[in-house]
Amino acid sequence: MLEMRHISKIYNAGTITQMCLFDDFNLTVGDGEFVSVVGSNGSGKTSMLNIICGSIPIDEGQVLINGQSIDRMKEYERYRRMGRVYQNPALGTCPNMTILENMSLADHKGKRFGLSGGVNKARAGYYKEQLAGLGLGLEDKMNVKLGALSGGQRQAVSLVMATLTPLDFLILDEHTAALDPHTAEIIMRLTDQVVKEKKLTAIMVTHNLRYAVEYGSRLLMMDKGKIVMDKSGEEKETMVTDDILHVFNRISIECGN
Amino acid sequence: MVDLIISTVTQGFIYALLSYGIYITYKILDFPDLTVDGSFPLGAAVTALLLVKGGNPYLTLLAALAAGALAGLVTGIIHVCFKVRDLLAGIITMTALFSINLQIAGSNLAVGRDVATLFTAEPVKTLFGSLSLLQRKLIVSFFLMLLVKLLLDLYFKTKNGLLLRAAGDNEVLVTSLAKDKGKVKILGLVIANALVALCGCLVCHEQRSFSATMGTGQMVFGLATVIIGTTIFKKEGFVKGTTAAVAGSVIYKICIQIAISLGLPANLLKLVTAVLFLVILVVGNRQKGGGRANA
Repeated sequence: MLEMRHISKIYNAGTITQMCLFDDFNLTVGDGEFVSVVGSNGSGKTSMLNIICGSIPIDEGQVLINGQSIDRMKEYERYRRMGRVYQNPALGTCPNMTILENMSLADHKGKRFGLSGGVNKARAGYYKEQLAGLGLGLEDKMNVKLGALSGGQRQAVSLVMATLTPLDFLILDEHTAALDPHTAEIIMRLTDQVVKEKKLTAIMVTHNLRYAVEYGSRLLMMDKGKIVMDKSGEEKETMVTDDILHVFNRISIECGN
Repeated sequence: MVDLIISTVTQGFIYALLSYGIYITYKILDFPDLTVDGSFPLGAAVTALLLVKGGNPYLTLLAALAAGALAGLVTGIIHVCFKVRDLLAGIITMTALFSINLQIAGSNLAVGRDVATLFTAEPVKTLFGSLSLLQRKLIVSFFLMLLVKLLLDLYFKTKNGLLLRAAGDNEVLVTSLAKDKGKVKILGLVIANALVALCGCLVCHEQRSFSATMGTGQMVFGLATVIIGTTIFKKEGFVKGTTAAVAGSVIYKICIQIAISLGLPANLLKLVTAVLFLVILVVGNRQKGGGRANA
């Protein structure tokens, strides 16, 4: 379970460009929930993810995982039990290393990287199995460098790598935004499949309202650092894209976006 | 003529150690490490001092490795812990090392003819006693070059080596793997500068002297060798980076030797190095069709 309690975040404090993004922001995500988050630019979606991951400091409040505060943990320490897929497909993999090497790195996440062999051939079968689940034929390209793959293929590998080890949380940061509509659709379906298969707790930020409605078990809409819509359960099931588009447009018009 | 070829190739093998170091920082970590201009003479200074004081020639290898590692550690800490930009972090250490080298060995320190070096001490003396000094230098430097190359190749295949390569390739991923990318970078700088100092050590054995200015331009030289090597073997994907570094170093030394034989004044060497480096960079960028903005 993830809890964000009384978070306050002020950008450029004490200067003329001071901007208060979060003021007493609260969010609780239960185990097994798949939360999709929508909101216009500057509404605080990505800042929220960065606060959870520790990429940006907060001014007040607490972030707790399973009841324990992670505020003192450095960014890289938090990733021991967290996975993240970025908007940029290049950020999830090493372009100059082969699929096998990349998978080996991901397989060893959080452990000690000592002087034993970097690639464990005995695990190759398991990696192939994981990649075969994507249905992209990547399991036959184990010795191909990631840089030679397309953005969609790279993002698919990123997704598998991020979820290869046991996780408390999967963070999806607009992970389909840089892909063409067809590829985005494939990645989105794969994401749903992986989240369900591995029973992950996930938070997905997206600009695609349809994805937000179709996928996930809970939907949040954010505006100016506040949650303005929070639907789950049956309410979420019966929603259609037009329902949130209406609210989204109203907010956008008010803000002049 | 044969002697000249042997000594040139020997130079290539010796400086291959420096090329390995640059290969790690520049090619793997993508870190332009100017510490090299200070850690190279540091290795030589430590070696010269130990030899003059009657130290074991083999001990100088370890001493140089340790001194270089320390220099790399300092640059790494300045960059990672104090968040100083990579180039500046290297320049700070390099500048400090100039004074430190002067403290260790003065502006010049000659090692007397009577002192045993790596090339004249046991067991090399017994094993290759029948060969000329020139040939012995070739054999010893070849052996060291090969030994370090094999060790590095093995290291790059370990988990730790894989992580080092990942840090240069995509440092965001290192964080995602729940590893401190700063520590990985520091380790890379430590290994690289240890090798650079080892090269300085060997150069000191070879020429029996240390001079405070011997580090000037070594980083540019090292970059040139690595870029020559990797450019030549670009199409041969199976050639290892360390092999490319050795090849680059030998080719570079041969080119310079040819230039000197054709009448190039020794005082113009660094100028030629700089111009040659620029040409290699420009040609390399043309081939790539653009190139990195900050390379």
